[in-house]
Amino acid sequence: MSFLSRFSRVKQEEPEKESVSRGLLVFAHPTTVISVEEILRDEGYEIRVVSPPPAYRTGCDLSVEFPMDAEAAVVELLNTVGLPPLDVVPITGQGMEPLQFVRTKMYGKYIMIRAANMKMTVDQETKIIVNISGGGCPDVPYLATEMIGKRLCDAPDPGEVGFSLCAYSLNTSREELIRTIGD
Amino acid sequence: MLLLAGSVPVEHLPLLIGPIEVTNSGIKIDGHELLINRGNEAMMTAACLICQEYGVNPPVGMVAGDIGKREGSIAIYNHLAEHLPEMGVKVLTLHYVMPDLKLNKKVLATIDTMTEKPIMIADAGSMYVAKAGGDAHYYEVFTPDLGETAFLADDKADHPSFTRGYIFNMEEDVPELIRRAYAGNNAAPTMFVKGKVDYICQDGEIVDTIEQPSIPTMEPIGGTGDLITGMISALIYAGVTPLDSCRIAGRVNRVAGELSQPSPATQIDKILRYLPEALEKVQKQLR
Repeated sequence: MSFLSRFSRVKQEEPEKESVSRGLLVFAHPTTVISVEEILRDEGYEIRVVSPPPAYRTGCDLSVEFPMDAEAAVVELLNTVGLPPLDVVPITGQGMEPLQFVRTKMYGKYIMIRAANMKMTVDQETKIIVNISGGGCPDVPYLATEMIGKRLCDAPDPGEVGFSLCAYSLNTSREELIRTIGD
Repeated sequence: MLLLAGSVPVEHLPLLIGPIEVTNSGIKIDGHELLINRGNEAMMTAACLICQEYGVNPPVGMVAGDIGKREGSIAIYNHLAEHLPEMGVKVLTLHYVMPDLKLNKKVLATIDTMTEKPIMIADAGSMYVAKAGGDAHYYEVFTPDLGETAFLADDKADHPSFTRGYIFNMEEDVPELIRRAYAGNNAAPTMFVKGKVDYICQDGEIVDTIEQPSIPTMEPIGGTGDLITGMISALIYAGVTPLDSCRIAGRVNRVAGELSQPSPATQIDKILRYLPEALEKVQKQLR
């Protein structure tokens, strides 16, 4: 083995030797993470919402990266508020963060905001949700039935009644709509 | 048999399998009436109308109730994994289900054992899990919208919500997204990319585009993509090539939209009503 190839091998192995300072909180549903994120940020923890490591992936999941030295306090807090994690795992690599970009389109009095694959359209005059489009997880048709025809302020929060990453993105659209036109 | 499988937003509805019958308010499977909604019901209705028009047997539906808690999706995956070889399925379309990498691979492992494999079409959650598992090569047709095409183009993303920002922002350059999706082996041989311009692709090449009639107000309407998936499925079942199925379905969808004169508040059932008339118009144009 050449010196250079040995060097490159050492470089590749380096992440495994890193000291573990961050952990992941794993939950059953991506939308649980919305509440957990809010609680932990309010408590001042430095957290990131990320995809879980491959061993924990189902294809529709989200977890919370947090400082491992706060494990006991964080888990106790989440147990207290009734949001216990399914698992807590130490990590060395970085998970991917969900997309936060949004796109806005105007159709006369209607405004459509898209986050990732989820679009929500609202009548700006009445603040009534008139359509939901995109997505592929089973709670999307359910959320559409529950939310269309209701004012933004009266419609159920996809972060609370949804379960999937599509619901998480739909919630991003909804939050942006509220920021843009009020509810 | 044309088998259309996916979840419906009715909590605790058990797994139902049977020929799909179109009723005045929706569809009926195994005696259960399901109201028209975006997703599987819209896809199934569109497929029924095409099957009727082309004089082939109506599609068979496999549905189970799921509002995101996974139980209906699990029932569908497990039934397919255990019973697909004995069902005589020629074309299999998988649509709204909760992505589950392990269970989808179990279904694909069953397909590996079959000597006569079904032609597979995927949209929505079924397309997400196919891509996330690196299994796009099992499928004949994918029908992504622009956000989903960006997801297919991102070889690191497991779900459209994880598409990296710089790829999401590439959406003005749809051919580049298509190129990346094929380069990463995350596209099916035939792909219908839904958007302001529809791109029809075959083996990595854009072979057709559809721009007219242009109905911008169709984009906010939930379910228009589901109609396309349903029509493509039924056309392939009726013997039309995947490529021509995409060409016909894309045009019929736009004409149905034009006939319905939609606003962003229009619901999918209104567009569905114009599908037979739109099909007739498109067939005349294509003759």
